[in-house]
Amino acid sequence: MTSEPAHMNPARSFQGLILTLQRYWAEQGCVILQPYDMEVGAGTFHPATTLRALGPKSWRAAYVQPSRRPKDGRYGENPNRLQHYYQFQVILKPNPPNLQELYLGSLKAIGIDTALHDIRFVEDDWESPTLGAWGLGWECWCDGMEVSQFTYFQQVAGFECSPVAGELTYGLERLAMYLQGVESIYDLNFNGLDGVEKVTYGDVFLQAEQEYSRHNFEHADTEMLFRHFRDAEAACRKYLEAGEPKPDGNDQRHLMALPAYDQCIKASHMFNLLDARGVISVTERQSYILRVRELAKACGAAWLKTEGGGVAA
Amino acid sequence: MPDLLLELFSEEIPARMQRRAAEDLKKLVTDALVERGFLYEGAKAFATPRRLALHVAGLPVKGQDVREERKGPRVGSPEAAIQGFLKGAGLSSIEQAKIESDPKKGEFYVAVIEKPGRSTPDVLAEILPGIVKNFPWPKSMRWGAASREPGSLRWVRPLHSIVCTFGPETEDPEVVRFDVDGIGSGDVTKGHRFLAPDEIRVKRFDDYAPALERAKVVIDTDRRKDMILHDAKDLAFAQGLELVEDEGLLEEVAGLVEWPVVLMGSFDEAFLDIPPEVIRTTIRANQKCFVLRDPNTGKLANKFLLTSNLIASDGGKTIVGGNERVVRARLSDANFFWKTDQQVKLEDRLEKLKSIVFHEKLGTQYERLERIAALAKELAPIVGADPELAERAARLAKADLVTEMVGEFPELQGLMGRYYATLQGEHASVAAAIEEHYKPLGPSDRVPTDPVSVAVALADKIDTLVGFWAIDEKPTGSKDPYALRRAALGVIRLLLENKKNLQLRSVIYDALQKLEAIFVVDPKSLEAAQAKLSEIDDPAEKPDLSYFKTQDLLEFFADRLKVALRDQGARHDLIDAVLSLSGSSDLLMIVRRVEALGRFLDTEDGKNLLAGYRRAANILRIEEKKDGRAYDEAPDLQIVGDQGQIEEKALAVVLDGAKREAAAAVEAEDFEGAMRALSRLRQPVDAFFDKVTVNAEDPALRANRLRLLNSIREATRTVADFSRIEG
Repeated sequence: MTSEPAHMNPARSFQGLILTLQRYWAEQGCVILQPYDMEVGAGTFHPATTLRALGPKSWRAAYVQPSRRPKDGRYGENPNRLQHYYQFQVILKPNPPNLQELYLGSLKAIGIDTALHDIRFVEDDWESPTLGAWGLGWECWCDGMEVSQFTYFQQVAGFECSPVAGELTYGLERLAMYLQGVESIYDLNFNGLDGVEKVTYGDVFLQAEQEYSRHNFEHADTEMLFRHFRDAEAACRKYLEAGEPKPDGNDQRHLMALPAYDQCIKASHMFNLLDARGVISVTERQSYILRVRELAKACGAAWLKTEGGGVAA
Repeated sequence: MPDLLLELFSEEIPARMQRRAAEDLKKLVTDALVERGFLYEGAKAFATPRRLALHVAGLPVKGQDVREERKGPRVGSPEAAIQGFLKGAGLSSIEQAKIESDPKKGEFYVAVIEKPGRSTPDVLAEILPGIVKNFPWPKSMRWGAASREPGSLRWVRPLHSIVCTFGPETEDPEVVRFDVDGIGSGDVTKGHRFLAPDEIRVKRFDDYAPALERAKVVIDTDRRKDMILHDAKDLAFAQGLELVEDEGLLEEVAGLVEWPVVLMGSFDEAFLDIPPEVIRTTIRANQKCFVLRDPNTGKLANKFLLTSNLIASDGGKTIVGGNERVVRARLSDANFFWKTDQQVKLEDRLEKLKSIVFHEKLGTQYERLERIAALAKELAPIVGADPELAERAARLAKADLVTEMVGEFPELQGLMGRYYATLQGEHASVAAAIEEHYKPLGPSDRVPTDPVSVAVALADKIDTLVGFWAIDEKPTGSKDPYALRRAALGVIRLLLENKKNLQLRSVIYDALQKLEAIFVVDPKSLEAAQAKLSEIDDPAEKPDLSYFKTQDLLEFFADRLKVALRDQGARHDLIDAVLSLSGSSDLLMIVRRVEALGRFLDTEDGKNLLAGYRRAANILRIEEKKDGRAYDEAPDLQIVGDQGQIEEKALAVVLDGAKREAAAAVEAEDFEGAMRALSRLRQPVDAFFDKVTVNAEDPALRANRLRLLNSIREATRTVADFSRIEG
């Protein structure tokens, strides 16, 4: 770490923080993946977590996932809230017995000294109604601030996890703000450089936050979104059916779990956009969530019939 | 006497579960010991975020020896009998048995079986794994490689190690060896996660607790609480402030640390413009910090207290700094919401409610609002409120749902509406009603008393109930997703505690009729309704569907009323007696009647009249059955006058008067008066049964006497159905 140039220091560089975490988890045997190329609400939606958490195979992965929460948009005016932000996601399946120590090791790697900082594991049972998933774990607090989510997956897509995976999610912007000691996300130093070479988070994302907030709250075409929701739902079902093994065939594997799951992700994002536009009532919300969950469950069931899900080729 | 020390060391146990878990551990272990005959002197359980510990003092080294004598066959019995006896008693030869004799049986064999008591550690090793495996956590999980297999160990969070030792003070205790799903017991634990992470070898409780204390772990929750409270008060006092005590928060915070260190942080005074409830809610809910107030003014101070789990190398400066940042961010959010919310008047927010669907079959929040406003206006005069104010309050009651603040802190709904209403200059009763119309939220919640609040609260709840009845979404069994039982109880409490008379029937019927277009009718109840309809010939008299739904909802209210009254200790049979008969849907009246009936039945007159009623009802039942006809006509006073005995004449006179008087009193809602009228019946009824033979020879006389008995029944029915009264 000492050989790290100053501009890569997580305490002054947003990308330095990401690279440090990637390196740390790579050393723990994780495959370092790139973000999933679809709009998702959280890193958990990445098939490397949702689907890989299912089935008997061991799996270790870490990746950054841009996450979209349309409702959290604040037109770039709130220093703490974004409708698009980054999560750093780690999944270790089965969870090693020392996962808490590994996690604390990652904090140390990014410069959080446990002799100075108050680190706490505060109960937070994680549940994703749309994914039919739940787990037990904590919010990890650093000096009263939630910096990560730590979960032992018990169920995903309605299926018991066997073995259980440990999932860590770092809220990168918030963590970086603390490390860099800035009061606004937009003031984060992105590249760790100074003077004219310095690029801030605001330089990269402020305009996007403003534009997308307008889109999410005012202009997103709700008629189209409702239609796309229905389309994605139908496509998901269609692909699942098309990929189902033939009852009389030799190959009993499902052939299209992943493309079907993409449509489930899409439906979920359409729902989030509609929700942000305020056109879904409390009671309707429930039924939309249920519809996405049904898709997720069906995709999970299909995944368990694939090689990745543990079926022999 | 030896002690048991047990520690279950895990990853962080949720604060809210710790106390209960410690108690469960104590109970499970001591119960299992006692069940096996092991008594103990004392037991105490402890919990920290990372461990459950149990100390059981004064256990015996081993269980009691058991000596048992078993009688065998007579001396000289056949060999087969002898062999069977030896086998059963576990003896190898008959020489091991002794011979006893008694005069009846003669000489016979007796086996003396001596079972030495089992050693306590053996028994512990047998008991404990099961207790760990089946521990009653409210939520538990599987983890790690072991979770590949079905049935792997479940614990609240991963369980790492177990300490279990047993022995007397004077010597080194032994480790009670057992294994739970691959975790073996031992005598090693760990201290504070950061301050003393090394392994600690422990012997018994006497050195365990001090060793942990040295390793910066206070195992007793109450002591941690005392430490926090003490330090918090000290820190507050030093600043001339007062701690806003919060027992729930204290308990929770004590469950988040093994070594509490209280620190004070502050925030910008400008934030104090935000309502104090909002400041408290965000600091408490999100940061688990205490707030402080100025003891002189009672106003919140711009300080907070946090409880850290660390003796930090910089004295806590970094920790305070970090917490202040978060509090600042949270309060900035809250302040932003508070300020932006004020820029839009509540009435201008209503438009937004048009796009929020309340329920797909019941329309939008806005439509609901319109209904509530109309109903609140209509109810206002009945509960003594100004109709205009009630309508205004109802129109604004839901506007805060679309404010930023309530979007962020849903628990502040109503309260924020009140603040914003006050700021925009609404009448005080309107502002209060906006907050209070959700109340009461349960059996112990406060019931509003301001008439405007009462009107809106009633309208809100009645609209909810009527709406869900209209679309046939009634609670079933344990399922009540729209909290309709709570809504009904709310209506009941609002009316009873404010002593308001309201004919629910007409209110409900009218409200239902307006929703007829969206009615959903369960085919079964439709069938039943149609069957009833076909019995009615006159088309003008034919009830409509709203009538049946009203009937159904009133029955639901009756059920809820019964539950509510029963919870207050009222006799359920009296409630039934009044409800089964009363056509009234005025809950207050029903309750008054139940109370009056209860008091009446406690008097001598009441008891005797009840006895008289029963006698009359019994005779009638038997005779009516025998004759195959009812005697429900009025008695012929001519026959009474011409042929009746004096007691019979007296009864007829009093009956007529008492019944009319009781009915008039009921009409005037004077239930005490109605009971008084009935009590006049007691003496003549008693005399009648004493002197008059009902089954007279003369059939006409007999029939008339039976009619007189029927009149007694009828008279009591003016106040209640006496046949429902028990005891």
